[in-house]
Amino acid sequence: MRRLFLIGVPYLWLLALFLVPFGIVLKIALSDTALAIPPYTPTLDLAAGWAGFKDFLSQLDFENFVWLTEDDLYWRAYLSSVKIAAISTFIALLVAYPIAYGMACAPEEWRPTLMMLVILPFWTSFLIRVYSWIGILSTEGFLNQFLLWTGLISQPLVIMNTDWAVYIGIVYTYLPFMILPIYATLEKLDGSLLEAAEDLGCSRLQAFWLVTLPLSRPGVIAGCFLVFIPAVGEFVIPSILGGSRTLMIGKVLWDEFFANRDWPVASAVAVILLLILVIPIVLFQRQQQRQQEADA
Amino acid sequence: MNRRFTWFNATSLTLGFAFLYLPILILIIFSFNESKLVTVWAGFSTKWYASVFNNTAFLDAALVTLKVGVISSTIATVLGTMSGYVMVRGGRFRGRTLFSGMIYAPLVMPEVITGLSLLLLFISIGMDRGVFTIVLAHATFSMCYVSVVVSSRLVSFDRSLEEAALDLGCTPFDAFRSVTLPIIAPAVISGWLLAFTLSLDDLVIASFTSGPSSTTLPMKIFSQVRLGVSPEINALSTLLIGIVSIGVISASLVTKRSAVRRRAQEQQAVGGAA
Repeated sequence: MRRLFLIGVPYLWLLALFLVPFGIVLKIALSDTALAIPPYTPTLDLAAGWAGFKDFLSQLDFENFVWLTEDDLYWRAYLSSVKIAAISTFIALLVAYPIAYGMACAPEEWRPTLMMLVILPFWTSFLIRVYSWIGILSTEGFLNQFLLWTGLISQPLVIMNTDWAVYIGIVYTYLPFMILPIYATLEKLDGSLLEAAEDLGCSRLQAFWLVTLPLSRPGVIAGCFLVFIPAVGEFVIPSILGGSRTLMIGKVLWDEFFANRDWPVASAVAVILLLILVIPIVLFQRQQQRQQEADA
Repeated sequence: MNRRFTWFNATSLTLGFAFLYLPILILIIFSFNESKLVTVWAGFSTKWYASVFNNTAFLDAALVTLKVGVISSTIATVLGTMSGYVMVRGGRFRGRTLFSGMIYAPLVMPEVITGLSLLLLFISIGMDRGVFTIVLAHATFSMCYVSVVVSSRLVSFDRSLEEAALDLGCTPFDAFRSVTLPIIAPAVISGWLLAFTLSLDDLVIASFTSGPSSTTLPMKIFSQVRLGVSPEINALSTLLIGIVSIGVISASLVTKRSAVRRRAQEQQAVGGAA
């Protein structure tokens, strides 16, 4: 009885507030736009019973999805989200690896503090961290002031409201997700392997390239997934730092819903976004499972 | 890994942490700027803090955010502890795969999708949107985080302690209350804190599920930020960063102290037996 309660309550909660809403999104994605509230037809009339359900099924169609393929805005937005997420993930990897490596080489008594320093920004508001870059990247911002002062540039750089600002924003906010898994694999790495490599005539750089880098691959892969997956659906960063020409699917969905009030198209966009993300999510979980088995 | 700590390592750590902390530091410094221009220093002033505290729109939004945060993270902690316990100690039951899927999926779900789907649910059952719907939404996604934190703690502790309590005549509920709960308490507390900060931080899901009279602080900040940088937002952000840092640091001190105390007690017990 008690066990039933323990399982049942969270189960029902998640069914009602996680799974059922998805069914509704799918249903509305297959509905027609209408100017009423809610702005879509048909609505499933449960009171009409089986006949109502059949009636409802017969009215479903895929025209919203057809619409998505016809208007090239959506194609470009999906492609550009994947592109922006991939480039940001790559930059994050380049930035995070030396930091994780430095942490793993640091004296043991420093490591908890260094870990804390990496995790702490994660606790401060995401929105504020993104916002803090406006003052740095804008035309009269700190970065341009600094570069003009050093004489490296004579004209202020235009970074704010471009894709570059979005890359920087994503790298900055998701960096801890890249550092931590890489650090975890580097920390476990057996130092005697490196000594062996050097005894056998490797230079430090060669030892790094032939031993450290391959052995840290699981951490690198995990970090890349942890940055890439949320970055694809990102809304806050492109809408604050990006410009009007920065296309990301999270922003398109938001505008479709709040500005155009086209609920069926917004739902169809959501369904396809989910389908795009299913592949990396499944790959990530399989990689994690393999890793756990390897550790055990 | 034991390697020599080189100049290269020191440089990359310095640059890395500068990158992580400089933006926040600049924001904090310029919240004390006299000028309305946010990128030119014109002398020290606390007037933007006064203007934050005189701004009733901010204060109302802060109140809504706090209310949503406390209620939703408490619900999330109860539900998340239950589901974390079920995941680790529940054994087999029908629909376990679906259950664990529903626990892990919200962790990687884009917020726009979670928000949209919950809004469509609330509308289709005719529920008025307001504080209550934001609480439901936040409790749902943060219970999954709590569940992960609690179950990772449960995995790492010795099940025989619970079994001993049961053998000595405890009911399952007593065993949970007097053995399991004290052991997982740090995880439950950090789960609550995590749920609370997630709720304080959330813009997207709250925007979808809120009603006309329930604007949260992130929503308010976002609508201001779209108009550009303002020293008032810098001051507000500094206050929020301060509150969260104090919370996180004191929480980590409390857990560290309780760990030290427990170790001391264990040593005493071992010493007494010998």
